[in-house]
Amino acid sequence: MIQKFWWKILAFFLLLYTCIYGFFVKVPRLDDRMKETIRNMFFHVPMWFGMMILLTVSLIYAIKFLKNPTLKNDAYSTAFAATGIIYGVLGLITGAIWANYQWGMPWSGDPKQNGAAIAILIYMAYFVLRGSMNDEDKKARISAVYNIFAFFMLFPTLWILPRLTESLHPGGQGSEGNPGINGKDMDMHMRSVFYPAVIGWTLLGVWITSLRFRYILLADQTNNA
Amino acid sequence: MNNFKKSLTTFLSLFIILSVDAQEATNADIMRSNGKIYVVVAIIVTILTGLFLYVASIDRKLTRLEKEQIKK
Repeated sequence: MIQKFWWKILAFFLLLYTCIYGFFVKVPRLDDRMKETIRNMFFHVPMWFGMMILLTVSLIYAIKFLKNPTLKNDAYSTAFAATGIIYGVLGLITGAIWANYQWGMPWSGDPKQNGAAIAILIYMAYFVLRGSMNDEDKKARISAVYNIFAFFMLFPTLWILPRLTESLHPGGQGSEGNPGINGKDMDMHMRSVFYPAVIGWTLLGVWITSLRFRYILLADQTNNA
Repeated sequence: MNNFKKSLTTFLSLFIILSVDAQEATNADIMRSNGKIYVVVAIIVTILTGLFLYVASIDRKLTRLEKEQIKK
């Protein structure tokens, strides 16, 4: 699939649809503060969905690398982690902008915000770790092991801890489901934009990732030639 | 590269035509209706298209390098 081009065009049209219809689709009025900003669901939330998918793929290639240590598996794993972090950082920034108008300040120490920041810092350490080693084999092996560790820190910080306490994000306290979004607040009209948005943004992430690992593989071939 | 430049020029000239159109139009045209939200949509679509063209051009450059690498 990665060599074909149809999914790149699909990504473009899904995002075109999101960026046009996302502004016109009828959205529910939840409270007087939310107003039109609920449309951020089409832009802010897909960043987190995309990050989760990209980092999961990164984990799969890290495990594949440990079973079969090839440069390709390492390049895939690193590239997916890098794009995943970019999406996470964009998610934090867009979240802070939205929070400034919804909750009164950009950073209110919400458990979900803190958890996401910690998770991203843990993943940034992945690149610090890689940069600190010169031996290519050692670098790839240690970073693959660290990648698995980092992924299993994502779960408590994003999915478990924010559910255990009061959170400004919808959900929280474990009873209402996902602490990131409250599915009940989205009606059918919103869903018809939200799911294409998630797929579109994720595909764009995969495309950018593919550029990165192709560059890594090319650079390796040039260095060895 | 030539293809990329061509598509970019076509794209940009399209917006010059659109902007000329907008100056001549009255207040009743589509770009000024609905609280002018179409202006925001036009800007976002421009940014999105520009970014995709840019990513596609990097993609093409990489493909060319990869083909050269195989030939060697």
